[in-house]
Amino acid sequence: MTAILQISNLSKTYASGLQALKPVNLDIQRGEIFALLGPNGAGKTTLISVICGLVRATTGSVLVDGHDIQRDYRSARSLIGLVPQELATEMFETPLATAAFSRGLFGRPPDPALIERVLRGLTLWDKRKDRIQTLSGGMKRRVMIAKALAHEPRVLFLDEPTAGVDVELRRDMWALVRELRDAGVTIILTTHYIEEAEEMADRIGVINKGELILVEEKSRLMAKLGSKTLTLQLQDPLALLPPELAQWQLTLKDSGHVLEYRFDTNAEENGIPGLLRRLHELGIGFRDLNTEQSSLEDIFVSLTGKRAEAAA
Amino acid sequence: MSAAFVAPRFNARAVWAIYRFELARFLRTVGQSLLTPVITTSLYFVVFGAAIGSRMGEIDGVSYGAFIVPGLIMLSVLTESINNAAFGIYFPRWTGTSYELLSAPISPFEIVCGYVGAAATKSIILGLVILATASLFVPLHIAHPLWMLGFLVLTALTFCLFGFIIGIWAQSWEQLQVIPMLVITPLTFLGGAFYSINMLPGIWKTVALFNPIVYLVSGFRWSFYGNADVAVAVSLAATFGFFAVCLSVVWWIFRTGYRLKQ
Repeated sequence: MTAILQISNLSKTYASGLQALKPVNLDIQRGEIFALLGPNGAGKTTLISVICGLVRATTGSVLVDGHDIQRDYRSARSLIGLVPQELATEMFETPLATAAFSRGLFGRPPDPALIERVLRGLTLWDKRKDRIQTLSGGMKRRVMIAKALAHEPRVLFLDEPTAGVDVELRRDMWALVRELRDAGVTIILTTHYIEEAEEMADRIGVINKGELILVEEKSRLMAKLGSKTLTLQLQDPLALLPPELAQWQLTLKDSGHVLEYRFDTNAEENGIPGLLRRLHELGIGFRDLNTEQSSLEDIFVSLTGKRAEAAA
Repeated sequence: MSAAFVAPRFNARAVWAIYRFELARFLRTVGQSLLTPVITTSLYFVVFGAAIGSRMGEIDGVSYGAFIVPGLIMLSVLTESINNAAFGIYFPRWTGTSYELLSAPISPFEIVCGYVGAAATKSIILGLVILATASLFVPLHIAHPLWMLGFLVLTALTFCLFGFIIGIWAQSWEQLQVIPMLVITPLTFLGGAFYSINMLPGIWKTVALFNPIVYLVSGFRWSFYGNADVAVAVSLAATFGFFAVCLSVVWWIFRTGYRLKQ
C-alpha cells in the first residue's frame, strides 16, 4: 500500500529570506501516528502549514493519498483535518453551529448525527449551544478539534495539541488520538515534549533548524534515548583497557583517568554490578562515579554537531 | 467513513455554509443592523426633506424630499456594503479562524461568492428597508422598478467586492475604517446624493464627473424619476467598470496570496 502522505523535496523560504524548511522528504504511512519533534521555531508548523494550504511551498510537492496539494487541492484538502496551535475560534458562535459550518466548508452534506457524535466524544455536547467565548481555553481547543473532525478527515494534523493544556485534557487528547487511529485515521502531531511523542507515536521525526534530521520507529529512538553513560574517575590511570573488560565495550578517556560505559536502561541487565565486581577483582580502584541520561537535547547536539562537522 | 469521497468541481456546500454563517451573524444583530440606518435616514428626511426641503423648489420636476431618496439609499447601501464585506473577511483574519478557509477544499471564487454574496444580501435588504422608510415620509414613484433593483444589486455587489478588498488589505481595525471614512463618505456627499450636479457652478460640474459615485446615484435616480444627470448607459458602464476593477483586484489577491498566504 502506498503512503498516505508523500512529501518530496519540500522546502520553504519566507519573503524575509528566512529558510524555515530545508528540502524535506518524508512518507507517512496509512493509519500511523507520526510525531514531529523539535524545539520551538524548528519548522514543525511551517511543514504542516504547507501541507494544509496555509503557506506556499518554495520547492517540492506533497501528495495526499495520491492527490497533489496544488493541482488537485480539492481532493487533497478534503482528506485533511487541521487543528492549529493558536486558539482561534468564532467567538460569538456556538460549538454546534461552528462544527456544522466546518463540515459544509469541506463540501460534505449535513449530518447532525455525526456532529453530535463528534461533540459528545469531545464532551462538548452539553455546551453545544453556549457561545464559544464563554468556554474555557481547554474547551475552545476541543471546539477546534471538533471542527477538524466534522468532515471525517482521513489525515489529521494536530499542531502542539497539548501545549498549555491541563493534565486531564492531555489524557483525553491522547485517548482521542488512539480512538481515531483505531478508526483508521492517520495522525501527524507536533510536539516539543519528548514524553508526548513517547506516549503517542508509532514513528518520530526529529526536526531542527528547518531540517528533518532523523525519522525513526519510536522503539528504536527510545532505545537511543534510553541509553545512559556510567563515568568512573579512576584512582590510577590505565594505559590500556585490560582484555578482561572487553565484554563491556568501555572507552578510556582523559589519558587513562576516566572509564566510560554506555548501557541501556531498558535492558533487564545493565551490566553494572558485573563490571564493578570485575574492576574490584582486577584491583582497579575509582574515586567517583556518576551516571548520565542521554536526552533529546543530546541527540539534537550529536546529530546537528555531526552535520556541522560534515559541512566543515 | 467514506474513503471514496470525491471532491466536487464547484463546492456549492461551502458557498452555502459561508453564506448562511454570515447571514446568521446579521440576523443575530438584525435590530442594530437595520435600526441604525433607518433612524439615520429618518433624520435626513426630517432635516433635509421637511425642514430645509420645504423651502427648496423642485429639482427636475421632483420635490426635494423625493429627490434625495435614491441618493440616501445609495449612501447607506454603499457604506454598509463596504463595512459588511470588509468586516466579514477581516474578522476571521483577526481572530485567526481564516486558517480554516485556506485549508478547506474551496476555490477563491467560492470564498468570494460566499462572503460577498452574504454581504450584498444584507445591503440589498437594507436598501429596501430604507426605501420603505422613505415611502412613509414622501410620496414615491418608481418609474423603472426592475432597473431600480438592477442598480441596487449591482451597486451592492460592486461595493461588497470593494469592501472585501479593504478587509483583506487592512492590518488593523483603524485601517478597516479609514477608506470608508476618508474616501467613500466625502465622495458620496459630493456625488449628487443631495443635489443635481447640474446645480454645480462651472468647473465643479466637470470635476464631479470624475467621481464614480455620481454615476451610481444618477443612474439610480433615473430608475425612480426618469431623469438623470448623466446618460443611463454611461452610468451603467461606469458601474460595470468599477465592478470589473474590483473583480480583477480580488482575482489578483488570490493569485498572489496577498495578505492571506505566505
